[in-house]
Amino acid sequence: MTALSSADLITNLMIFVLATVLGQELIRHVSRLLHTPLMALTNAISSVSFIAALIVLAEPSSEDVSILAAIAVALAATNIVSGFLLTDRILRMFRRRKPDK
Amino acid sequence: MSDILVDSLYVVAALLFVLSLKFMAEVRTSRMGNFCGVGGMVIAIGATLLAYQSRSVDLLVGAVVIGAIVGSPIGLKVAMTAVPQRTAMSHAFGSLAVALVGAAEYYIDTPGIDPATLSVLCGEMVLGFLTFTGSCMAFAKLQGIISGRPILYRGRMFVSLGTLGVAVASAVYLVANPTQSLALLVLAGAALLFGFLLVIAIGGADMPTVIAILNSFAGISAAALGFVLDNRLLIVAGSLDGSSGLILGIIMSRAMNRSFTNILFGGVGAAAPAQSGGTAARVAQTYTPDDVVVVLRDARTVIIAPGYGMAVAQAQHVVKELSDALQARGIDVKFAIHPVAGRMPGHMNVLLAEAQVPYEQLWEMDKVNPLFPETDVAIVVGANDVTNPAARTKPDSPLYGMPILNVDKARTVVFIKRSMGPGFSGVDNDLFYLPNTMMVLGDAKKVLTDLLAALRNLRD
Repeated sequence: MTALSSADLITNLMIFVLATVLGQELIRHVSRLLHTPLMALTNAISSVSFIAALIVLAEPSSEDVSILAAIAVALAATNIVSGFLLTDRILRMFRRRKPDK
Repeated sequence: MSDILVDSLYVVAALLFVLSLKFMAEVRTSRMGNFCGVGGMVIAIGATLLAYQSRSVDLLVGAVVIGAIVGSPIGLKVAMTAVPQRTAMSHAFGSLAVALVGAAEYYIDTPGIDPATLSVLCGEMVLGFLTFTGSCMAFAKLQGIISGRPILYRGRMFVSLGTLGVAVASAVYLVANPTQSLALLVLAGAALLFGFLLVIAIGGADMPTVIAILNSFAGISAAALGFVLDNRLLIVAGSLDGSSGLILGIIMSRAMNRSFTNILFGGVGAAAPAQSGGTAARVAQTYTPDDVVVVLRDARTVIIAPGYGMAVAQAQHVVKELSDALQARGIDVKFAIHPVAGRMPGHMNVLLAEAQVPYEQLWEMDKVNPLFPETDVAIVVGANDVTNPAARTKPDSPLYGMPILNVDKARTVVFIKRSMGPGFSGVDNDLFYLPNTMMVLGDAKKVLTDLLAALRNLRD
C-alpha cells in the first residue's frame, strides 16, 4: 500500500507546501499573548499521528510491530488529552478588565 | 466504509484544524479555536477507526486508556510555572510516537519498500528520534533535574556533527540495502545521541527558542510520516505544527538578536566572562521596600517588567496584588512583556493571566518602549538581560543589538533581584549603576510582600 507513485508524491508535496504557507500566515496573526496555549494546541493537533498508529495496527504484522504501534498510540493519546485540556485551562484564565463599579 | 467517505471526513478534520489556528488569533475567539481542534481530532480518529479495523483491539484499548490516565492529570493539574517543561515533554512524546510508527512501518513494508518511501521514512525517523532526546534534555533542564547551564567540552561540534553524520550515513546505507535492518538501529541510536548532545550544550535562557525549534521538528516529522503513509491529513496537521514552531522560533531568536545556529551551537551562558575593564569599582545603591514606597507615593504611572525570576519565586500573585494596590491609589499600571522573558514563548502572559491580571494591562515590547520616558517608576521583577542598556549602547557587549525593554528611560527604576550576580548571559547589567536605579535585593516574593505592606500603611 505504501509504494508511492511519483504523482502521489508530487500531490503530497503540493499539500505540504500549501499547508506550510497557510500555517505561517495563520501563526503570524496569533496574538503574542497566546503563544503558550498555541504551542499546547498545535502539539495536540500534530498528535493526529495517532491515526498513523491506528493504520499500522490494522496492517498484518508481527507482535513486536504491534507493540511499537501501541506505544505510539499511548504517547499520542497522552498528548491529545493533555494538550486540549491544558489549552482550555490556560485560555479560560485570560480575562478582560472588570467593568468599573 | 468507503474510501470516499473517510477522505471526506479527513477534509473536514483538516478544515477544523486550520480554523482552530485561525481562531487563536485573538483571545476572544481562542476557546472556540481549541474546540475546533478537538472536533477535528474526534472526526479524524472516528473516520480512521471506521476505515481500518484494528487487529489487536486489546492493545489499542489498553494504550488509549494509559494515554488518558497519564494525559488527564497533566492537562488538568500542571502548574502554570511548569508549563514549559510539560511542553518539552509533549514534544518528546509526539516525536517518539512518530518515530516508532515510522519504525513499525519499515518492518511491515520491508522488503517490498521503494527507495523514495524509505528515504522519507529515514528522514522522518532521524528527526523524530533526535527531537525525542533533545526534548527530554530540555525537560530535564527546565525541571531542574540537570543544570540549566550549557555543558561544553572541547571538540563538541566535531562530536555532535559526527554523530549526525553517522545517522545520515546509516540512512543512506539503509536506502541502498533496505533489508539490512541493523542499519535502522544504528540510525536510531545515532539520532538519539545527537539530540542529547545538541541540547545539553544549550543554556536555560535559550530554551524559548529551543522549545520552538523542537516544536517545529516534531511537526515536520509528523508531516513526513504523512508522506510515508500517504495520509494527507497527517501532512496538513504536521505542516501546521511545523510552521508554528518555526514562526515562534524566528520571533524568539529575533528578540535575542541571534541566529538559530548561534543558539543551537553557540554554547552561550556557560560561564561568566571577565568583566570588561574600567567597571570594576562600580557600586550599586541598594534600598529597602520602605524607600521604594516613598517614590511610589508620588508616582502617576508605573510599568512592571517581569522575568523568569518572577516564575521561580512564584511571585505572580503578589505582583498582581501590588498592581491592584497601586491602581487603587489612582496610578496607571502596565506590564511590559519581553518576548523571551521566561522559559517559553508567551510564558509571562500565562503566569500573569493565572494571577488574574487583565490582558489589556499586558503590553508587548514594541508598544510599551515609547512609554518609558513618560513613566515615573519602572519595577523590574526577576528580569535582567532583557533590560540591560548595554544592548543599546555598548558595541562590545555580547548583548549588543538585542532588543530590550527600555526601563532605564523611566524616571526611577526599581530593580528587585536576589543578588548582585550577573544575568544569564554572564554580562553585568549597567542598569544597576545608573543614578536613577534603586536596587532592592532579596527574594522577589518577599520584597514585593514587604513593599505591598508598606504601601498599605501609607497615610496621606
